[in-house]
This record gives sequence, C-alpha cells and structure tokens, in this order.
Amino acid sequence: MKAINTKTPYLFIAPALLLLGLFSLFPIVVALVISFTDISLEGLGDWSMIHFVGLENYIQVFKDPIFMKSLFNTLFYVVIGVPLVIVCSLAIALLINFGKSRIFRAFRVIFYMPSITNVVAVAVVWSYLYNPQLGLFNYVLNWLHLPPVPWLTDPNMSKVSLIALAVWRGIGVNMIIFLAALQGIPKTYYEAAQLDGATNWKQLTKITLPLLRYAIFFVSITTMIGWLQFFEEPLVMTKGGPLDSTTSVALFIYRNGFQLSNFGYAAAGSFILFIAIIIITLLQFRLQKKEVDY
Amino acid sequence: MTAIKAKTKTNASVKARRTASGQQWVTGIILALGGFLVSIPFIWMILSAFKPEMEVMQIPPTFLPHEFTLENFTNLFENMNFTVYLRNTIIVVLCSFAGLFLNAMAGYAFAKYQFKGREKLFYLVLATMMIPGQVTMIPVYLILNQLHLTNTMAGIVLPGLVGAFSIFLFRQFMSTIPDELLEAARLDGASEFRVFIQIILPISKPILAVQGILTFIAGWNSFLWPLIIANDEKLYTLSVGLSLLKGQYGGNFALQMAGSTFMVVPIVIIFMLFQKHIIEGYTISGMK
Repeated sequence: MKAINTKTPYLFIAPALLLLGLFSLFPIVVALVISFTDISLEGLGDWSMIHFVGLENYIQVFKDPIFMKSLFNTLFYVVIGVPLVIVCSLAIALLINFGKSRIFRAFRVIFYMPSITNVVAVAVVWSYLYNPQLGLFNYVLNWLHLPPVPWLTDPNMSKVSLIALAVWRGIGVNMIIFLAALQGIPKTYYEAAQLDGATNWKQLTKITLPLLRYAIFFVSITTMIGWLQFFEEPLVMTKGGPLDSTTSVALFIYRNGFQLSNFGYAAAGSFILFIAIIIITLLQFRLQKKEVDY
Repeated sequence: MTAIKAKTKTNASVKARRTASGQQWVTGIILALGGFLVSIPFIWMILSAFKPEMEVMQIPPTFLPHEFTLENFTNLFENMNFTVYLRNTIIVVLCSFAGLFLNAMAGYAFAKYQFKGREKLFYLVLATMMIPGQVTMIPVYLILNQLHLTNTMAGIVLPGLVGAFSIFLFRQFMSTIPDELLEAARLDGASEFRVFIQIILPISKPILAVQGILTFIAGWNSFLWPLIIANDEKLYTLSVGLSLLKGQYGGNFALQMAGSTFMVVPIVIIFMLFQKHIIEGYTISGMK
C-alpha cells in the first residue's frame, strides 16, 4: 500500500477550518474583549479612542429600560411561542401519520412550505394581512360581525401577532422531525395494543407520546434556542415598535450595534443573551434527566 | 385481494374497517382545512400581485383579480433595481455552492483520513454550531471592516461560506463509503484530490443533492448579513431590496406582493420538485 502523504488531510480541512475559525471561533474572543470596552464608530478608525471600561457596559445594559423591556418581550415570545409550536407541529404530525392514503404526503409539503420561504417576503405579506383598513384579517372579522383588531398597532396585540406569524413559520421543520420519530416506532407495539382492545386514545397516550419523548425534548431545545434569538420578524414588520413592545433582545443588540454603532455595549448585550441561552439549555437537560429517573 | 379477505372476515371486522375509514376521512378533512388556513398568506400574496394598485386598496377586497395585470412585476424591474438585486442574489447563491464544495472536502477528510488532532478539530467544528448569530454578528463586522471588506461582495459571502452542520452531514455520509474503493483508486495511481473528485463526489450524489437544495434556498433567502454589510444599493440582495421596498412604498401593497411573489415562487417550485429529498435530508439530519 502506498503511504498517504500526511499533509493531505490537513489540506482538505484547511479552507473550511480557516473560515470557521475566522468567522465563528475568533469572533467569540473578540466579542468578549470588546464587551469590556467603549468601542464605537470613532474607535474603528482610531484605536486610541477605545478605552477599557471593565463591567460598565454590563451594568449599564441592566439599567437600560429598553433592554429590560426586550428581555421581558423575549421571555414572552418563548413562554407563549415554544409550547404553541410544539403542540401544533406534534398535532399535525400525528394527524398526517394517522392517514394511510398517499394524499397525506401532500399535507407534509403544504405545512412545511412556510418554513422555507423568505422571511422578508413573509413579513411583507403578513403586514398586508394585518393592515387595519385593507387587511384580509380585519375584513373577515368584520364579515363575522366581530370588532376589528389593532394587530400591529397595539403594544399588547403586536407581540401576539408576531407570535402567530412565527408559529406559522415554525411548524414545518418540527413537524418533519416528529414525523420521522413517529415512523421509527415499531408497528408491533400497536398491533399488540389493538389485540388487547386499546382505543386510539390509549394507544396515543400509552405508546406514542412516551416513545416520542426524545423527539419532543430535541424539538423543545432547538425551538427554545430559536425563539430566544427571535429577530427577523420584529425587524421587518414592526421595527420593534409600537413603544418597543416587540423589541427582542436580538433586535436590541442589532440596533445598538449597527444603528447606534455602540459596538461594545451591544457586545455586552449579546453575551448576556449567550449566557441566558446556555443556562436555559442546561436547565432543560437537567429537567429531562430527572424525568428519566422516575 | 382485499375484497376476498373482507368477505372471509366477520361482520365485526367489516364494521371496524368502516369506522377506520371514517376516521381517515375526518383526519383528511381536518388537515385539508388546516392546510388551507396555512396557505392563505401565499394565496393572498399571489392573487394580489396580479391586481392593479387600485384594486388592492379596494374595500371589500376582491378575491380573484378583476383586472389581471403584470404591471407590478414590470414595475419592479423597470423602476426599482430588481435586476441588480437578482444578479447579486444569484452571485450569493453561486458562491455558497463553492462553500458547499469546501464543506464536502472537510467532511471527506474527517471521515476517511486518520490524522493527528482529528477528533479535537472535529469537536471544534461542532462547537461552532452552538454559538448564536447575535454574538458573532458585531465582531465579524469589525473583522471584515479591518480587512476592508465591508461593502463588498466578498464581505457578504465569506462569513457564511462554510457551515459546521454541513461538514457534519458530509462526514456522516462519507464514512459509509468502503475504504477498498479508495485503495483501488490509489493503486491505480490517482492523486488524493482526484480520488475525491472522481470517486467520492459521484458516490455522494444523494447528500450533495439534499445539501445543494438547502444551500440554494439559504442563499436565495439571505437577508441579515447582506443588510449589515452592504451600504451601497448596488450590492443589495433581493431580500434587502424587498425590505427597502416595504419601507419606501409602504402603501403600495400590490407592488410589495409582486416583490414577495418573485422571492417566494422560485423556492416553492424548487421545493415542489425536490421535496422528497429535502424532507429526507431533514429526517437524516434531525434525528442523528
């Protein structure tokens, strides 16, 4: 056998690793460093304008009422949005899996469609549907003799409207994961249960749901991380308004970083988000482990 | 055959079968209703795109366009810069395919070579998946600024060129390729790179197809990074152009719907054609 040149594998991985290092690993270090400085637009041109400020950014950001508001909004999105997405996508996956005919495959495509389409296009279309005068939604409400809803103009309603859009977009991917998990359950379990005369409901609660536990766990972790980074929908649809009622932490970071050019301040905000994501994920793993013990 | 079976069975089983088929119908109807509700935004978008501006503003709204027009679409290309945005988007998509090639190379090396630090480097690659975009957003901008790449196509394309997830999927797939095949090619005197191009890539067609489609979709939809890096309208992608349109022509919904339709319909067509592969790709990647 001819000996392989020991350099070859490194040549193969070098381009990808260099790019990942430069644009993914190194930036973490940079983010941490600049979060302790007052770097802004002036600092970009003249490095002597950058000063070490210690924990000042972190202290300031917790005193910032808009940051606290965005933190609250993000929690609201997670608490309402995540369970909604999981329940909807699981229900749809169960229904599709229940169907025997080939037509049910078409439903997979239909429910999956929103998740691959462009977020800007989707936000533009939904802004039209939500329009108080011209929008389809208020027209239908009017037709049903119901009062109009101030979808995006009311500070409380706007959050709900954005969640509705994001749930619509989020169902597809999770539904596919649930379907894959459902197909992995051996048919013999159900056959045995049917012989014992178990009803559909019994089969669902005693066989399907327990066996889906890992899929549900996986989906809830990924969905929660996704919602903690909720960003594009409020950016395009409401720009965080009205009265910052839809500003998420991610949007707060973006705004401070790229519109106000307070890079250090925004980096501190992003690290707080990062730490929150890690803590919540670890917490979920801990809870999951406890469940297994029982 | 089913007919014979049914006959030989008892009345009770026929009854059970009937209720089963009844349940199937109910399930089908619920899903059809849900599917219709989910599709409303798309249906409304496409129908409104072909209405004249006046008709979109009309109350009560019309369902089908009374006056069918392509004016909105021609408007996008003649008066807005959608030709430029389209060209930029296509450049982004093509570059992301180059990135896919780099991912495949890395995945192949991790799958098929023994080398020092292989495990550690691979874990490093996986670790990058856990870093949220918001944390790297600002530093990457500062790095690109230092390299004088802000407001350039390179700056738009480079940060998203390779992805850990894609490398991971390539590695998973390529580790199933038998070593004997590679040995045979090496004995014939093929260089390592040739083995990769002429043997590995053709065998990897299924995973290349899945990732190719997902890469296309991601490139076509790319929004946030071009928005951050491009100050010059000459560099805007379709998504950025569309968000600009929403800001400037907020009242002209017919025009906005045409722009959205132009963004969404190519993806929907591609998805329809390849949906089987995409969904399978997700099921492979989702559960492993």
